[in-house]
Amino acid sequence: MKKSIFLFIAACTFTVAAFSQSEKYVAAMQKNLPLFDSAKTVEDYTKLANTFERIGEAEKNQWAPYYYAALALSTAGWMPQVADKDANAERMLALCTKGEVIAPDDIAKSEIETVRNMASTQQMMVNPMARFATYGKAAGDALQKATKLNANNPRVYYLQGMSMMGTPVQFGGGKDKAMPLLEKAIELYKSEKPATLYPHWGQKQAEEALAQCKQ
Amino acid sequence: MKYLKNSLLFMMLIAFTSNAFSQTTISGKVFSKKTPLPGISITLKDTYDGSTSDSSGVFKFTTTEKGQILLIITGIGYKPFEQMLTLPSAQPIVLDINLKEDVTELNAVILSAGTFEAGDKKRAAVMSSIDIATTAGSNADISAALKTLPGTQQVGEQEGLFVRGGAGYETKQYIDGNLVNNPYGASVPDIASRGKFSPFLFKGTVFSTGGYSALYGQALSSVLLLESIDLPEKSEIDASFSPIILGIGTQQLAKNKKSSYGFSYNYVNVGLYFAAVKQTPDYFKIPQFHSGDANFRFKTKNGGMVKYYTTFGYSDLGLRRPDIDSSYLKNAFSVQNNSWYNNLSYKENLGKGWKMTVGASFSTNLDKIKQEVQDVSNQPKQFTPAVYWMNNKNFTLHNLQNLYLGRAVFEKKIKGLSAVRFGSEYWRMDYRPTFNNVAYKLIDNYSAAFTEASIYLSRDLAAQIGARFEHSSVINKSDIAPRVSLAYKTSKTAQLSLAYGIFYQKPEANQLYAGTNVGFTKAIHYIASYQKTDNDRIFRTEAYYKKYQDLIKQIPVSPTYTTYDNSGDGYAKGIDVFFRDKKTVKNLDYWISYSYIDTKRNYNNYPDLLQPNFAANHNVSLVTKRFFTEIKSGFNLTYSWASGRPYYNILTDANSKYYIADQGKAKTFNNLSFSAEWIPSVGNEKAKSFIVLFASVSNILGANNVFGYNYSYNGTYKQPVIPTAKRFYFIGIFISWGVDRTQDAINNNL
Repeated sequence: MKKSIFLFIAACTFTVAAFSQSEKYVAAMQKNLPLFDSAKTVEDYTKLANTFERIGEAEKNQWAPYYYAALALSTAGWMPQVADKDANAERMLALCTKGEVIAPDDIAKSEIETVRNMASTQQMMVNPMARFATYGKAAGDALQKATKLNANNPRVYYLQGMSMMGTPVQFGGGKDKAMPLLEKAIELYKSEKPATLYPHWGQKQAEEALAQCKQ
Repeated sequence: MKYLKNSLLFMMLIAFTSNAFSQTTISGKVFSKKTPLPGISITLKDTYDGSTSDSSGVFKFTTTEKGQILLIITGIGYKPFEQMLTLPSAQPIVLDINLKEDVTELNAVILSAGTFEAGDKKRAAVMSSIDIATTAGSNADISAALKTLPGTQQVGEQEGLFVRGGAGYETKQYIDGNLVNNPYGASVPDIASRGKFSPFLFKGTVFSTGGYSALYGQALSSVLLLESIDLPEKSEIDASFSPIILGIGTQQLAKNKKSSYGFSYNYVNVGLYFAAVKQTPDYFKIPQFHSGDANFRFKTKNGGMVKYYTTFGYSDLGLRRPDIDSSYLKNAFSVQNNSWYNNLSYKENLGKGWKMTVGASFSTNLDKIKQEVQDVSNQPKQFTPAVYWMNNKNFTLHNLQNLYLGRAVFEKKIKGLSAVRFGSEYWRMDYRPTFNNVAYKLIDNYSAAFTEASIYLSRDLAAQIGARFEHSSVINKSDIAPRVSLAYKTSKTAQLSLAYGIFYQKPEANQLYAGTNVGFTKAIHYIASYQKTDNDRIFRTEAYYKKYQDLIKQIPVSPTYTTYDNSGDGYAKGIDVFFRDKKTVKNLDYWISYSYIDTKRNYNNYPDLLQPNFAANHNVSLVTKRFFTEIKSGFNLTYSWASGRPYYNILTDANSKYYIADQGKAKTFNNLSFSAEWIPSVGNEKAKSFIVLFASVSNILGANNVFGYNYSYNGTYKQPVIPTAKRFYFIGIFISWGVDRTQDAINNNL
C-alpha cells in the first residue's frame, strides 16, 4: 500500500515536471513573441534572435524557436545597417537547418522554407547581376518547396507578391502580376488557424502592399 | 512523527537559504581588440538564461540556475568563447570577455598582389564571364577583354597577352591547373588570332600580372588560370546564328544533379562578311573554322568532382599581300590547322583537411603553313641563290606540336585558413616540324615539384611562401624558383600586399631547333599593391619592378643561320591603376585602367637595351556598360588609348653584328568600340527559350591604327602594319532552350 502511494506520487511529480517544462517553454515563447511588434532596430532584432536561439538550444526538440530566431534575423537583414548580408544569411540558414530536422509536420517545414527564401533573396540583393543565377535560383527553389509542402501557406504568396512588386515589368514582374498573389495571400490569411506558436505574420504587410499596388 | 516534523523544517530551511543564494547576477563587457562588440549572444548552456550585448558591449542578466554551467558567448565573425561557472554565486559574476576574430575566406586578407580574380566567388570579383562577353571590343574573346585591365598592352598584330614588358609567349594559360600549349587559333603574320576557348566554359578566371604562386611556372610575366564550370545549372540546347557563325550544342544535366554531359559544334565562315566589308589583304582562301567539343562531369561520393573536356578544331585560310621588296610581286601565305585538345581533372576531399587535385592533358596541334612569292598572275616565283632573301620567303612548314602532361597537387588545411600545398607535374613536349621537307624533332621532358604554405597569422595578416624546382631535359638544366607574398589588411575594406618571386622559362622551340646549348631565361618580380574594395567599387594600384636575366639573344653566323645564347637582360618598372564602380550611377558599370611602364630589353636581335616594339609607355582603357531594363537591352562602350610603340629596323653589318638601321615611334593607338545586346526573355522565369541578340562594331571612329612597320630587305622602304580592315562588325543571335530540373529535384526530395 505504502509502496503504491509512493509510486503514485512519483508518477505525479514526473508528469508535473514534464508538463511544467512545456509550460515554461510556452510561457517563454509567449513572452518573447510580442517583442516582434515592438522591435525596430537591428539591435532589437538581434537580441530577439539570440533569445529565441537560446530557447531552441535549451529545448533541443522545438522547431519554433529556431524559426523565430531566423525570422528575426531576416527582418534585420532587409535593413541597410546589416553590412554583412552573407554572414547574416548564413546564420539564418544554419538556424533553418536546425529547425528543419526536428520540424514535426509539413506546415512547419513550409514556414522554414519561406525563411530560406528570404535568406537567399538577401544574399542575391548584394549583387543581383552576378548572383541571380545562384542565389536568385536558391530563393525560387525554396518558395517552390514551400508551396509543395503547404499550398495554403499565405506567406508563400505574400513573398511571391513582394518579389513581383520588386521586379521590373520588363523582367516579368510589376504591380499587375503582384496583385493576384497578394489577394490570394490575404484570403488565406483570413482563414488561417495557426496551431499554438505557429507563425501567423504578414497579413498587415500584404494588405499594405496590395493597397500600394492599387494606387 | 517528531522526526518527520524536524526534517520538514530542515528542508524548508534549506529551501529558503538556497533561494536567497539562488539568484546570481552575471554581467560584463564583450570586446575585441579594445572595440566593444554589440549584438553578441551570451548564453548559459541548456537554459533560457542569457543576454545580448548592447551598443557599448555591455550585458547583464540574472539566473536561478544551479551547478556547473557553461557560459557560451557567440557572435558572427568571432570564435565562440566558453567559460564554466559555478552557480549560484553569492557575489555577482563580472566578466570582461575578449573575443578572437574568426578567420574565414570572407573576412580574411587576400593574398592578391599581382592577381585579378574573377568569378562568382563571394569576394569582390573584378571580371566575370558575362563581363568578358559584354566588354565592347572583346567579342567574347577572353584575351581581348583582359586587355582592358592594367598591365596589358594593346598589341593587335599578334596573339597573346603582353604583360608588364613581357612578350606574348611569356604569358601562359592553364585550364584546371593544366598548361594549355596552343590556346590561340593558328598564327598569321601581322594578325592577332582569337583564343580557342569561350569565356562561358569557365566559372573563374584568375589573371596574374606578376608574382604568381609556386604552383605554376614557365611563364616569365604572367599566368592566366581558367577554372572550368562544375555542373551546368540545367539541361539546355543552344544555337547561334550569324552571317559568319553557325553553332549548335547541348548540355544535359542528370535528374539527380550529380552528373552532366554535353557537346557542341561551331562553323565559322567569313566569306559573306568579307564580301560585304572590304579587307586589305586579298584572301584567296576564305577563312573557315570547324570546331567541336564534348565534355562530361560528375560528382564523387565525397563531394569530389571529375571533369573531362575535349575540343577538335580545323581551320583553313590563305591571304595575299604585296611583297615589300618588289612593286609587282605578292606574298601568299596559307595555313591549315588541325588541333585536338583533351583535359581531365579530378578533385577529391580525402578527409582530415586533405584535398587532392590530379589532372592529365593531351593536345596535338598541326599547322600546315605555306608561303610563296607570286607574280602578277599569282604563279609561284623562284629566285637565284644570290637573292637568298627572296628565296627565304618561299617555304613550307608542317609544324606538329604534341603535349602530354600529368599533374598532382595535395593540400592540407592546417588551422583556420592556413594550408600547405605541394605537388608535382610532368610535361612531355614532342615537336616534329617539317621545314621545306626536312624533318626536325624536339623532345622535352619537363618535370617540376613545388610546395607552398599559406599562413594566416590573423585575419589581417597573411603570408604565402613557396618554391618550385624545375628540370628541363632538352636543355638539361634545373632551377629553383622561390615565391613569397605578404598581405596586410589596413582596414575592413583595404589592404596592402607585397610579392616577390623568381620566374624561369625555357627558350622557345624555334630557338631550340638551332641548338640546345642554352639555359632558362629568368625574371625577378617585386610588387607592391594597395587595394580598397567595397561592395560595388574596387580601387587598386600596383607598383612593380622586374629584372630580366639570361634572356635569349640571337648570334648571327651567316645570313641564313643564327645561333642563340643567354646573354640578354632587361628591366621593366611601372604603375598600374584600376578603378571599377557600379554604384555611383544606377545601372551603370564602368572601369578605368591606366598603366605606365618604363621597360628596356636587350634580347633577340636587339644590339643594345631597347624599349621592346610591343611596349607602349602609357595605356588607358575606359569600359562602360549599361543595361536598360525598360527596353531589355544593354549598351557597352570601350575606349582604349595607348601611346606610340617604338619600331626598329635591325640589320647586320659587315662584321655580322646587329645594328639599328632605322627606328621610330608609331602613332598613338585609339579604339572606340561599341556593343549592344537585346534580351527579350530576361527575367521571365517561365520562358522556354532564352534569346540574346548581340551586335558590335569596333573602332567606330575609324582611327588609322598602326602597329609598327615592316621593312624591305635593303631598308629603304617601310610599310605600316595595320589591321586587315578598319572596323569589325558582328551581329548574331544566341538561343537556348532550357529544361529546368528544379521541379524534378524537388519532387525527388519529397
